Amino acid sequence: MIVEFGHFALVLALAVAFVQSTLPMWGAYRRNTALMALAEPAAIIQFLLVAASFAALTYAFVVSDFSLSLVVQNSHTLKPMLYKVSGVWGNHEGSLLLWSLILALFGACAAWFGGNLPPTLKARVIGVQGMIGLAFLAFMLFTSNPFLRLAEPPLDGRDLNPLLQDPGLAFHPPFLYLGYVGLSMAFSFAVAALIEGRVDAAWGRWVRPWTLAAWIFLTIGIGLGSWWAYYELGWGGFWFWDPVENASLMPWLLAAALLHSAIVVEKRENLKAWTILLAIMAFGFSLIGTFIVRSGVITSVHSFASDPERGVFILLILAVFMGGALMLFAFRAGAMEAKGVFAMVSRESALVANNLLLSVSAFVVFIGTIWPLLAELFFDRKLSVGEPFFNAAFSPFFVGLALILPIGATMPWKRGLVRQSLRPLIPVAVLAFAVGVLVWSMQTGRTALGPVGVVLGIWVVFGTLVDLWSRTGRGPIGGRLARLTRLPRADWGKTTAHAGLGITIFAVCAMLAWKVEDIRVVPEGGSFPIGDYQVTLTKVEQTQGPNYYTTLATMEVRRGDRLVATLQPEKRVYPVQAMPTTEAAIDYGFLRDIYLVIGDPQAGGGWAVRSYIEPFANWLWGGVLIMAFGGFLSLSDRRYRVAAGASRRAAAPNAMPAE
Amino acid sequence: MKRIVLALALCLAPVAPAFAVQPDEVLADPALEARARSISRNLRCPVCQGESIDDSNAAISRDLRLVVRERIMAGDDDAQVIDFVVTRYGEFVLFNPQANGANLILWLAGPALLLMGGVVAAVYVRRRGQAPAVEAGLSADEEARLRDLMQK
Repeated sequence: MIVEFGHFALVLALAVAFVQSTLPMWGAYRRNTALMALAEPAAIIQFLLVAASFAALTYAFVVSDFSLSLVVQNSHTLKPMLYKVSGVWGNHEGSLLLWSLILALFGACAAWFGGNLPPTLKARVIGVQGMIGLAFLAFMLFTSNPFLRLAEPPLDGRDLNPLLQDPGLAFHPPFLYLGYVGLSMAFSFAVAALIEGRVDAAWGRWVRPWTLAAWIFLTIGIGLGSWWAYYELGWGGFWFWDPVENASLMPWLLAAALLHSAIVVEKRENLKAWTILLAIMAFGFSLIGTFIVRSGVITSVHSFASDPERGVFILLILAVFMGGALMLFAFRAGAMEAKGVFAMVSRESALVANNLLLSVSAFVVFIGTIWPLLAELFFDRKLSVGEPFFNAAFSPFFVGLALILPIGATMPWKRGLVRQSLRPLIPVAVLAFAVGVLVWSMQTGRTALGPVGVVLGIWVVFGTLVDLWSRTGRGPIGGRLARLTRLPRADWGKTTAHAGLGITIFAVCAMLAWKVEDIRVVPEGGSFPIGDYQVTLTKVEQTQGPNYYTTLATMEVRRGDRLVATLQPEKRVYPVQAMPTTEAAIDYGFLRDIYLVIGDPQAGGGWAVRSYIEPFANWLWGGVLIMAFGGFLSLSDRRYRVAAGASRRAAAPNAMPAE
Repeated sequence: MKRIVLALALCLAPVAPAFAVQPDEVLADPALEARARSISRNLRCPVCQGESIDDSNAAISRDLRLVVRERIMAGDDDAQVIDFVVTRYGEFVLFNPQANGANLILWLAGPALLLMGGVVAAVYVRRRGQAPAVEAGLSADEEARLRDLMQK
């Protein structure tokens, strides 16, 4: 009964989305207040209906209702509760429902927090959001209905892919979807502004919090996925340039570009047309990502239930929304008049360079991802594009970004002097270079990647700190420290996010350059050295978990005489899916992770053992978290809190609005 | 059964957990082994999805890893080893696409776009530097909107 209720709610949501996407748009066109006012309740009702539907599906998973075909294929009675719930979105249909839920949530947020938007803009934003919702709800109901029943329910389900039964991966997709779908708000704002024919500083201010929120979620989502790959897949890698990873990286890069260009719109009323285009493309790449994952045109290791019919449907959605938005852009972009004037050397120019590097790097990822498809279609060549290509073609853009970042960040708006901006950075450059040379000489004969990472990391982190310090003006230290605490949160956010990027760049280089690896056969009781450590395989035993069998090894890591850690790597077999997984055991440390994997028993006795020392691994996840936290600080800045304007006005009716 | 491999929507990284290079494959000379590893990291397993032969569990990957080591022991340099594999399995196994023919589009697309974008950006920035400041009052459109707002 509850399942039918969920199904029905989904159909109703489709109808509401239809109302939401048509009447408010018509109302905004005719300046009809009553029709425009429909937008808000429609968005909220759509959200409530999709939420009810999602709750019904979750209920079916929790009670293991095997009359639902989706539950049979993705669940099992023995599965731990956490994975019964995360199994809801661990499949194509359920993840689409999650996608639609978040889409509707953002639409409802626009209704709840959009109090200070002009009525026509608000009606149009919610209307466009409704159109996207309409497309995805129709897609779900017509090609991938999660509520299909089975005539003869089986006794038990087929279980969730064991690799996905992991806490890191349980929360990875919701974050990623919050990011992808969050970009739909930027898209809706862009299309609404194009229809209105007006983009001004206020528009930039409204768009930024949504983009920032989407970017934060994408950052966390990508970080979680990368962390999961690191500890779960058993060879210590964290990024594989797989098409599906690239699908999440492209919107992230464009969202980062959009964040920066929206600042220029907001503060200087420049780059308007470009910002609109970026907002359209950022969401476009989210849709392309969806297409790549769900259509199966590009072989990825993440083989989702690929189905040509679904692929065509998504391609249709992509064509309608991108085609429509870009056409609108072509007609209206000319009307976006730039206002501010700036010199060649200025913050504006630096942000133009930032946008150029970020968007071209996104394009490189894009062409690298689809090239195998294009080459096969047009040139009859079956080929692969992998890590070496991306290392060579993509990394230079990030080196360039890291190099210009501190300079651009200290540059004043409108007009600056190269000399003036560079002067406070000279000590930083000297420090970075000196430490780089030191590292280079210490690690004789290894790849230059390590020292390069050190130089870039120090340059970005300390450069951005110097920038923050220079914001406190002149005078005695005490006064400057006091001013430091009073700086707007946006400044702190900028510094934090940039420092996080510097740390991430350093950690990526360090992990790639200084990883130590060892593969060997170890008998029970045997020991071997790796780096400064001595590892002993004390015992191997066979045991059982809730829904798997496991080979559990116990290994002791010693440094000199001191016991550093006792680790228990596992090799599990999930009988329902007949799938083995490795559970690496990791001793997390500040400067290094010790990463141990147990393999198969060998014919001549003993076990295959893989061990790694991963330098600065935690700095990578730390850097990503710091980046996201910086975004959060910026988001919490009073000036961007969406409702702040409204509440302040209520408190002090005579106060002038800021700026 | 294939459809059961429903990997998660946008989860990261390859699916089968690999215990790729086996201890019995490792060459005695660490320098040669390091070469073998770096070569096999750039060769794609022909039957898996996007894994290198270094990471893959498949039998054919093991065969290829052994072939790579055989060729290295026979005295081939890195390029010769790669050619040896490519002539037998096609350029599909190369993770590093050859920079020839149509592939030049792939390799040059990024730099070309950067150059073009750079020129457009430079022209735009120059023009913004010379444009007269449009501070003088409100446009007719803004005037109308202001009136509109004042009347409310």
